[in-house]
Amino acid sequence: MTQEASLPAGRQGTIIKVSGPLVVARGMKHAKMYEVVNVSDQRLVGEVIELSGDEASIQVYEETAGIGPGEPVYLTGQTLSVELGPGLLEGIYDGIQRPLALIEQESKSAFIARGISVPGIDREKKWDFNPVARMGDSVVEGDILGEVQETTLINHKIMVPVGMSGKVTEIHSGSKTVEEVVVVIDGDDGHKHKITMLQKWPIRNPRKDAGKRVPNIPMVTGTRILDSLFPLAKGGAGCIPGPFGAGKTVTQQTIAKYCDAQVIVYVGCGERGNEMTDVLMEFPELKDPNTGEPLMKRTVLIANTSNMPVAAREASVYTGITIAEYYRDMGYSVALMADSTSRWAEAMREMSGRLEEMPGEEGYPAYLGSRTAGFYERAGAVKCLGSDGREGSLTVIGAVSPPGGDLSEPVTQNTLRVTKVFWGLDATLARRRHFPAINWLSSYTLYDDNIAGYWTKEVAEDSVKVRIDAKKLLQEEAKLEEIVRLVGMDALSPKERLILETAKSIREDFLFQNAFDEVDAYTSLKKQYWMLKCIIAMYHAGLEVVDKEEFDFNNLKKLPVLKKVVKVKDIEEGKWDEFEALEKEVISSIKSLK
Amino acid sequence: MQKEYKSITSIAGPLLVVEGVEGVKYEELVEIQMPGEKETRLGKVLEASEGKALVQMFEDTRGSVTEGAKARFIGESMKLGVSTDMLGRVFNGSGKPIDGQPDIIPEKRLDISGAAINPYSRDFPNDFIQTGISTIDCLNTLVRGQKLPVFSGSGLPHNRIAAQIARQAKVNDGSDFAVVFAAMGVTFEEAEFFKAEFEKTGAIEKAVLFLNTADDPVVERIAIPRLALTTAEYLAYEKEMHVLVVLTDLTNYAEALREVSAARKEVPGRRGYPGYLYTDLATIYERAGRIKGRKGSVTQIPILTMPEDDITHPIPDLTGYITEGQIVMSRELYRKNIYPPADVLPSLSRLKDKGIGEGKTREDHSGVMNQLYASYARGKDVRELAVILGEAALDETDRAYMKFAEAFEDQYIRQGEHEDRDIIKSLTIGWDLLTILPREELKRVKEEHIAKYMKTK
Repeated sequence: MTQEASLPAGRQGTIIKVSGPLVVARGMKHAKMYEVVNVSDQRLVGEVIELSGDEASIQVYEETAGIGPGEPVYLTGQTLSVELGPGLLEGIYDGIQRPLALIEQESKSAFIARGISVPGIDREKKWDFNPVARMGDSVVEGDILGEVQETTLINHKIMVPVGMSGKVTEIHSGSKTVEEVVVVIDGDDGHKHKITMLQKWPIRNPRKDAGKRVPNIPMVTGTRILDSLFPLAKGGAGCIPGPFGAGKTVTQQTIAKYCDAQVIVYVGCGERGNEMTDVLMEFPELKDPNTGEPLMKRTVLIANTSNMPVAAREASVYTGITIAEYYRDMGYSVALMADSTSRWAEAMREMSGRLEEMPGEEGYPAYLGSRTAGFYERAGAVKCLGSDGREGSLTVIGAVSPPGGDLSEPVTQNTLRVTKVFWGLDATLARRRHFPAINWLSSYTLYDDNIAGYWTKEVAEDSVKVRIDAKKLLQEEAKLEEIVRLVGMDALSPKERLILETAKSIREDFLFQNAFDEVDAYTSLKKQYWMLKCIIAMYHAGLEVVDKEEFDFNNLKKLPVLKKVVKVKDIEEGKWDEFEALEKEVISSIKSLK
Repeated sequence: MQKEYKSITSIAGPLLVVEGVEGVKYEELVEIQMPGEKETRLGKVLEASEGKALVQMFEDTRGSVTEGAKARFIGESMKLGVSTDMLGRVFNGSGKPIDGQPDIIPEKRLDISGAAINPYSRDFPNDFIQTGISTIDCLNTLVRGQKLPVFSGSGLPHNRIAAQIARQAKVNDGSDFAVVFAAMGVTFEEAEFFKAEFEKTGAIEKAVLFLNTADDPVVERIAIPRLALTTAEYLAYEKEMHVLVVLTDLTNYAEALREVSAARKEVPGRRGYPGYLYTDLATIYERAGRIKGRKGSVTQIPILTMPEDDITHPIPDLTGYITEGQIVMSRELYRKNIYPPADVLPSLSRLKDKGIGEGKTREDHSGVMNQLYASYARGKDVRELAVILGEAALDETDRAYMKFAEAFEDQYIRQGEHEDRDIIKSLTIGWDLLTILPREELKRVKEEHIAKYMKTK
């Protein structure tokens, strides 16, 4: 291209080595770390990941077959960035924010061609810009200048870019494309800044906020075991490790569908193509339970399947989290799902191996821990930039695929160190068809205390106690089951049998949940509380009668009211008096036992 | 312009180094001519540096010399000439016919590494495939465009099962499959078995065979699944055929990959396999699928033998993370002389829900499947309990479950090697078996279906 020919010397290097996604080039002394480069005249996208003298190592985000030494490398001066602006939602991107639909158009094929350069955000589409700021206003970074109704669900805020402040001197409202100037700011730095709705942000740098606070509002997922036993807070980080076939992806997708975050970013990182297609086809059809609008209206999908170039897989989680942070900055609660972070770590391992770095555990690079921590630390409940003091949150949920289900491997261990919620999937449960196959003994949450206030205030006074009771009963059940295995059921006292019976009911009637059943897939916090309360009433009432001399446990088991407890999930949302009646009936019929 | 070099400086295992080269491209194909040999040997560039190329041979390096050998860089990556005439033919690991018939005249030459299918352009697999095997059709349903591996062990009859599936597979609309079969590192007998099997049943007419036996060069095994899939994609997406790809044995493939990786002195991942084993396997498995607006489809049944029957071994483990389920073979069942020894409980088809139910199989399919699953799981538990406590300790219901588990293995899992059960038959046998259990235990099937389909005794 002519444009490149006129580039000053030093803006172009020469390839000296190609090895898979790694390209080494010479004559690169003007390159910066993480600068984006175009490799060869096919203009494959790459990123500088190591500099040494005038040689640069470049990871290339596309297939490098047919590239060889002697071909040029062009510097762009940019670091790998995503485009931010209206039009992100409902988007389906690859790992470096190229819309898959446009790739299909440009490739003119169902297969992904190379060297395709398409913008992340539609340049043609017009948006209706409604100014919020007024002429002459003094604004600082993060202040909201105007709004755009991006989808029926999300009102997109156009913010003053980071690092800018000044006085608003021009406002152009009305129908605009993302590249048209909507506001002009007379900057405090003496420059005139023309602001469009399109901004760029380097994906490896966290976006700035005005300070984090401790997360204290639960993220409601509608999945009972998650909300009631191992809740995650909005702005927290959680992980779902599990062997294949245990239901990681189903759990992630269920959360993406039903959780009460306002914006969802779903990163399919190195996973199955057909699975992503399922999401792509299903999400536009499904309705958001909180608003009744199609789920796609609040979702950004990033799909980098396992057979797409490995380096782009490494970038995909950063692309996703940067987009998520951008919506957080508008004051939304955002949830990011990454499925699976193990594939991301493997991509790092592959690049590290090709760079001939000294390996750490199992061949993973020594910086695996710090990169993992850096990623999860981008989650948080924050005070956003801007003078209006709005708050946003970014919740991160990462799936981990430990080889052979062995949790001692480096990716899981490094993840556990930085996430506060652990939802451990269990192959044995999955095989017994108990779904979600989350193990209630090994899972944990560290947000219980943070969100206790919310439960007490919003759900019920005694809700925290009910949830703790449920956990305790499940723990005791595990202990008792071992005894039963050794000496049989007859050796147990009536009180112990009562524990077993209640715990069984918690497992089968409360924890078991069908993600594919329209009604069962989502349960509100209040209903969860009442379901548990009805089940646990059995235990508390039972405690008062089991010690009586003439008590026969079989009489308790035969009580007709227990059949109603089995069906407790069928009582509809909102009919709290029916739950209450059931609870009373459980108590009275057990207490009347002789 | 092709360049020829006489500067091969080292040979190590399947790798060669050619020095003093210019303009070499990554993945480019290389022809090596050994002095005194007529045939050239093929390799590809694994690493292209200034003045030096690392070449991985697709063929054996036995008898290679550095002195006098010539390396010619072709300037393009490995391509396979494809044509519908390939049906009915047998090829080796470098794509040359080995059935004594002339070379095919290619309609097209395609890059064997293929390109990734855009997830946006994929169509979701949801057409039921009937394999005629109850444990697959009813319990772990295969659909068109799926990749469903068989996890087996040494000495188990996975080859017979693969042949049976290839023979019997059909879809509801009556169209049947073209089969592309690739054998990597199998024994001569196994290769003959497949050839004979295909010829005997006439299936060879609609099959393309790629054979690499255990004594063929190890490195050819790396190319062979890609040759098979390139052929399959061509037949599927350009010739509108439904293609069933059977790959056996992926364990040998992974071993070959490890050999090359070790020769390159790469940092090994688990058990000496290269760190990119997942990515590499994905480039094979992910080539299954359907594409919007095209009629054909590629369905994959890769077969692998689990070393020591260990499902957590890297090969089955990484495979399970990529494929959409797995059919696991059980040594225990095989010892009981049950064919096919499909271990129902750890087996899984992730896409089964998309291919079953009214209009596809039958309305009661999902219920029957769940009921059989749950009942067999319970029956197996009871059987273990009986070993500890004695059968006398079991109550009526438990005894019924135990009886059910026995009958299930004997009548449902067991079937003849040439028995082609249609899905209705499989469901009927399922209902018959469920009569063994007390009526109130059948919680997963709908009442109306019980009334409609279950024969009362």
